[in-house]
Amino acid sequence: MSEIVLEHIVKKYGDGFPAVNDVSLTIADGEFVILVGPSGSGKSTLLRMIVGLEDISDGSLSIDGKRVNDVAPRERGLSMVFQNYALYPHLTVYENIAFPLRLAKGQFSDQEIDRRVNQAAQMLELGEHLQRKPANLSGGQRQRVAMGRAIVRDAKAFLFDEPLSNLDAKLRGQMRTEISRMQRTLGTTTVYVTHDQTEAMTLGDKVAVLKRGVLQQYASPKELYDEPVNLFVAGFIGSPPMNFLPVQNRDGALHSPFGSFSLPEGRARAFDGAPELLIAGIRPEHFRDWELVEPEDQARGAEFTAKVDVTEWLGHELYVYLPFEADAEVREALEELDRDLDGESLRTQIVAALEPGSLVREGDDMSLWFDPANVMVFDPKTGDNLTRDPANARRLAERSEQMRQRALERAQAEGASVVGGKE
Amino acid sequence: MKANPKKTILWVIVGLLIAVYALFPIVWIVSLSMKSASDIANRHFWPTNISWENYQLIFTGDAHDLFIPALINSIGICLISTLVAVVLATLTAYAVARLDFPGKSLILTMALGVSIFPVISLVTPLFNVWSKIGLYDTWLGLIIPYLSLTLPISIWTLAAFFRQIPWELEQAAQVDGATPFQAFRKVIVPLASPGVFTTAIIAFFIAWNDFLYGISLTSTSAARPVPAALSFFTGASQFEEPAGAIAAAAIVVTIPVIIIVLLFQRQIVSGLTSGAVKG
Repeated sequence: MSEIVLEHIVKKYGDGFPAVNDVSLTIADGEFVILVGPSGSGKSTLLRMIVGLEDISDGSLSIDGKRVNDVAPRERGLSMVFQNYALYPHLTVYENIAFPLRLAKGQFSDQEIDRRVNQAAQMLELGEHLQRKPANLSGGQRQRVAMGRAIVRDAKAFLFDEPLSNLDAKLRGQMRTEISRMQRTLGTTTVYVTHDQTEAMTLGDKVAVLKRGVLQQYASPKELYDEPVNLFVAGFIGSPPMNFLPVQNRDGALHSPFGSFSLPEGRARAFDGAPELLIAGIRPEHFRDWELVEPEDQARGAEFTAKVDVTEWLGHELYVYLPFEADAEVREALEELDRDLDGESLRTQIVAALEPGSLVREGDDMSLWFDPANVMVFDPKTGDNLTRDPANARRLAERSEQMRQRALERAQAEGASVVGGKE
Repeated sequence: MKANPKKTILWVIVGLLIAVYALFPIVWIVSLSMKSASDIANRHFWPTNISWENYQLIFTGDAHDLFIPALINSIGICLISTLVAVVLATLTAYAVARLDFPGKSLILTMALGVSIFPVISLVTPLFNVWSKIGLYDTWLGLIIPYLSLTLPISIWTLAAFFRQIPWELEQAAQVDGATPFQAFRKVIVPLASPGVFTTAIIAFFIAWNDFLYGISLTSTSAARPVPAALSFFTGASQFEEPAGAIAAAAIVVTIPVIIIVLLFQRQIVSGLTSGAVKG
């Protein structure tokens, strides 16, 4: 139960390269915060600095108002789940979970240790495996033992370092909900590192998006999705990722390779001083098949026409791929973005996620419908989101905070009867 | 895996061949040690009659004064030098594997350098120095040179072993509330114990088998180890080879080694670290 505050945290390695640069975050008591970013973004380094396994080059880290920069890991009172679990192979599951309790000499009697271990094991459904050695467990079971070791003592906060990356897709989904449920029940401050934007979106109360050691945006998942601050966050959050199109801003309208459209009054004002060439961002799910849109809606939307390159039918959705030619300037910005996102820009294309009932197939000429109010516009040089609405962002932040408080109170009211007497 | 009968038979035959090849000299020594003096030259592999006279000779007979003190010396000196080597090597190897400090590669290179240095070139200067400072013909006078043989290999094997233990285990222990020393004692040492035992056995063998230092740096039964003592065995007459007695002594000195290996066989289980981290 505690608040973790990071102020202007910097991590410089021997060669002077800042792996983490000037990151400031406030993690409120009981909050579930995700650190997310592509590989090399410094998210794991940041987590290891919080727990004390990496030295902090500059800045200040405080837990519950106390500066802990130079406090040894064992005295910070945090518990951590490692990416590869780091279970003690010579100890049984029981002893693995009891390990932190046994180290706190004299604090826990044998009965107390037994009670706590059994309680953690019950919560993680490890009861029947307590006397086995980690080598004989499956990946998911090892994962749960690692979590048991983290929750067994009253840690001030839980830190997770990509805990699910070694599990297969199905188990990952199960463990994801398990972690979420556990965090709500215990109400413990949690910092969770992942490179998977799905985990970030589903688990986090708040998500900190990092790129090459620099914090891009720290906000609720909904705000990241609806009001990203820049091209990088917009491209990172969402699956399939947002489509980026080069557009010419001329005569009050935006001209794209697929057709022209104009933004609603309020939004268009934002790019008064902006260059003529811009990048428009449209999420795949904001496209619809023109044929399937009701006539009264058709009028308020805009239309793109293009030849379909590839279609992918997934049952609940139909992905349609439409290639286009980009100007050199925009192409460069998009390629750099792709590199930042660990991707490889093979070709410039847009993806539309359409209703599965759509009859579009490869090679067809089709019309896509979208609402210009959903379009974001970015400056290709700076990457800034020119259409961001700070008022809406604030509203979203307040609402997500209220939702978090409500969910926490509810879960703890229910959890108290299930777990029983967690001091 | 399905057992293929043809394959199994093949493996058994190959295994038997290797066993015969490896055990033949041992069986020959055993057989030799059971031949009586007159039977030594019987031109047969097996003794005509099994005789224990060679064993009597070294334990209670003429060779008794030569052999028994040497056996005690050997056991004592080798155990002490093994223990010292393993303790020092454990600490050194841990530092080499885990810490980054200036001169790290120098330590490893020097250890290697010492171990490839020919023993014979050291013996004469050591003899002179030891005589001057009074270490000649003492236990300590052998333990120190033995360390120069056992330490390098111990450091190298243990460093390799420590490197296999995942770093995260120690970090996890520290986060769980352990001091660096507790993490070392409760997590690293139990995991490293197979490596430590293996190293100890190797170090013991090296010290146990040494002949050159043993014969050069001792003069009496105060410190003379078994391999050196064997060379002082004499036959009943000048013309008689003491082959039977030497063979019996060789068998006797092999027994502790076999016992040690059998005792620690269970400790030398590889793959104990499996399950620590996702493989």
